[in-house]
Amino acid sequence: MNIAVAKPDKPDTASDNFAAVSARVPGAGKVADTRRQALDTFQRIGLPHRRIEDWKYTDLRALMREVLPLAAAPEATALARAETAAKLHAIDGVRRLVLVDGVLAPDLSDLAGLEAGLSIRSLSEALQAGDDRVLSLDTADPMVALNTALMTDGVVIEVADGTTLARPLHILHITSGGAPAAMFTRSRIALGNAAVATVVESYVAGEGASAYQVHDSAVISVGDHARLDYVRIVEDAPEAFNITSAAVSVGAHAHFNAFGITTGGLVSRYQAVVTVAGSHSEVQTNGVNLLNGKQHADTTLVMNHDVPHCASREGFRAVVDDRGHSVFQGRINVRQPAQQTDAKMMTRALLLSDEAEVDNKPELEIFADDVTCGHGAAVGALDDSLLFYLRARGLPQKEAEAMLIQAFVGEAIEAIADDNLRELVTAAAVRWLEARQ
Amino acid sequence: MAALLEVKDLQVSVADREILHGLTLTVNEGEVHAIMGPNGSGKSTLSHVIAGKPGYEVTGGQILFKGEDLLEMEPNERAAKGVFLAFQYPVEIPGVATMNFLRTALNAQRKARGEDELSTPDFLKRVREVSGSLGIPQEMLKRGVNVGFSGGEKKRNEVLQMALFQPSLCILDEMDSGLDIDALRIASEGVNALRAPNRSMVVITHYQRLLDYIVPDVVHVMSKGKVVRSGGKELALELEANGYAQYQEAAA
Ligand SMILES: Nc1ncnc2c1ncn2[C@@H]1O[C@H](COP(=O)(O)OP(=O)(O)OP(=O)(O)O)[C@@H](O)[C@H]1O
Ligand SMILES: [Mg+2]
Repeated sequence: MNIAVAKPDKPDTASDNFAAVSARVPGAGKVADTRRQALDTFQRIGLPHRRIEDWKYTDLRALMREVLPLAAAPEATALARAETAAKLHAIDGVRRLVLVDGVLAPDLSDLAGLEAGLSIRSLSEALQAGDDRVLSLDTADPMVALNTALMTDGVVIEVADGTTLARPLHILHITSGGAPAAMFTRSRIALGNAAVATVVESYVAGEGASAYQVHDSAVISVGDHARLDYVRIVEDAPEAFNITSAAVSVGAHAHFNAFGITTGGLVSRYQAVVTVAGSHSEVQTNGVNLLNGKQHADTTLVMNHDVPHCASREGFRAVVDDRGHSVFQGRINVRQPAQQTDAKMMTRALLLSDEAEVDNKPELEIFADDVTCGHGAAVGALDDSLLFYLRARGLPQKEAEAMLIQAFVGEAIEAIADDNLRELVTAAAVRWLEARQ
Repeated sequence: MAALLEVKDLQVSVADREILHGLTLTVNEGEVHAIMGPNGSGKSTLSHVIAGKPGYEVTGGQILFKGEDLLEMEPNERAAKGVFLAFQYPVEIPGVATMNFLRTALNAQRKARGEDELSTPDFLKRVREVSGSLGIPQEMLKRGVNVGFSGGEKKRNEVLQMALFQPSLCILDEMDSGLDIDALRIASEGVNALRAPNRSMVVITHYQRLLDYIVPDVVHVMSKGKVVRSGGKELALELEANGYAQYQEAAA
């Protein structure tokens, strides 16, 4: 049998999409070259499958099968549907940046009256201006390559040195509905030195949207003495795909506190590479997956410690019901100069049914000798004696389960610093629990 | 007097081993019954089966509560109908705040009975009253359910719930174990305050001391999965003096 990486024997949607994107977002010079090379990379490898080590548990060739055609730029009806969805998923007190079907929708976004030190542009502007800072994602991975080749729009957020944003930014991805299609987006979030910001990114569907594909990416940089709180909420439609890749670089004496919750979508993967490039910095990444039906959600994190005196904490909790499948792959690389690194990773999973599945792959690669590193994992079911105690006090079975599940994920959600965002994420968890009753 | 709880010829097995071998017990409305008996005689098993804990196989007999077949009901239905078990070993539930737990449980019971949910101020008022009379500090109620509570604090939390839910059948499984002398008195006073013509209690204990505080109408001796003798409160004193030796032979 030929186990070499073969091209998918599907119609070549990627190059059709490439032609469509090139017409919409011309780009030139390095941008154009990078995109063309990325297209080649994707076409050479195709959709990743289980024989590619990093994608072992998330075989997109089997799960996704094909890349859908590029979504049309949103027309009036799509924008109207998106507006309804935007209202439904509005968050109080934030500056909202709305992407509809992969395109920034200025009329639905709060682009006026930007605070001093805050700049917001669309990705397509940045690409057309030849801004190559949006290109710094490693395209060796086929899905990063695909996204790089086809990225159409997104937001580019820059926070100047010393600026503290009082109002969180909310990047809201809405798929308006209509025929299933693919969206290719990228955002860049750059915090200058001593800048402070909170960014929420959420993914939702308008009425009628079903088997669409979100192909998203983010290039994030946190300057020296800066702090970024970043929350991701994936509440896509039950048939949808969401493949998102991120590269994060963190400067010295900086904080990066990230949290992700996935309750929606049929198949999702969030793959992020976080590199601590300046000393005395702290990174916290926490995540929660709440899955049922045949949902599959994969979180793959690479934590690079390149410099000394930094700390990282990764905590991940999964609750899996029915035939759901939750995957967590976490790699911690501690390079030789990164002495006094304190890196820990802990995953816990609750299986609510016999057919639920979790895969957990921790990897530590340590080349420095004076470090504290560790990882742990626990998988179990709800504790029967706790369930009985709650039922003996009057809670019906499902409510007793909901109370214990909420307690389980609540311990992860506590890591979110902002009170409103913590409530928001809690509300997403509660919505999932209520749908279960 | 009407019977509140009727256990008739109950046979119960755990993991294919019979623990209760035809146990019969009737508790009338307003009565306090004490159950005493050696370790392993099946007292907790009886209390668990009445509360509906999974894992016990009832192979014979029946349990009627207010004339209804209790064994047909889910544990939460039994709670809503007024069955309350104060556990011998209350569990710790990390991440579930005590106040949230009390409120959710109380409202679930009320909802099941077709009553309105209690408003937040009314609920808080009731919890404050009850915890105050049991000497439970408010700080304890902010923690996770029983998390980090001492053995005695856990028992007091059970009595607190009993006072809050106002059940019609209270089963106290070794409420006195782990309580210091003052706590025993305070908790017993809490229990006595709940004595009422339409409320019955089954007090499982090893020690006569508790029965000085909560004076029973009837005392039963359990041995090897059966009630082997019943009598008045003086039976407890007799047991204290003579032990269980004669009953263990009788049941064998
Ligand atoms: N889950 C179980 N599996 C196996 N045996 C059990 C189980 N639960 C109870 N038993 C057995 O049933 C018998 C009765 O236990 P139970 O806890 O009811 O006794 P008890 O009268 O409450 O004792 P104590 O006074 O020590 O609390 C014991 O022999 C015990 O080992
Ligand atoms: Mg016992």
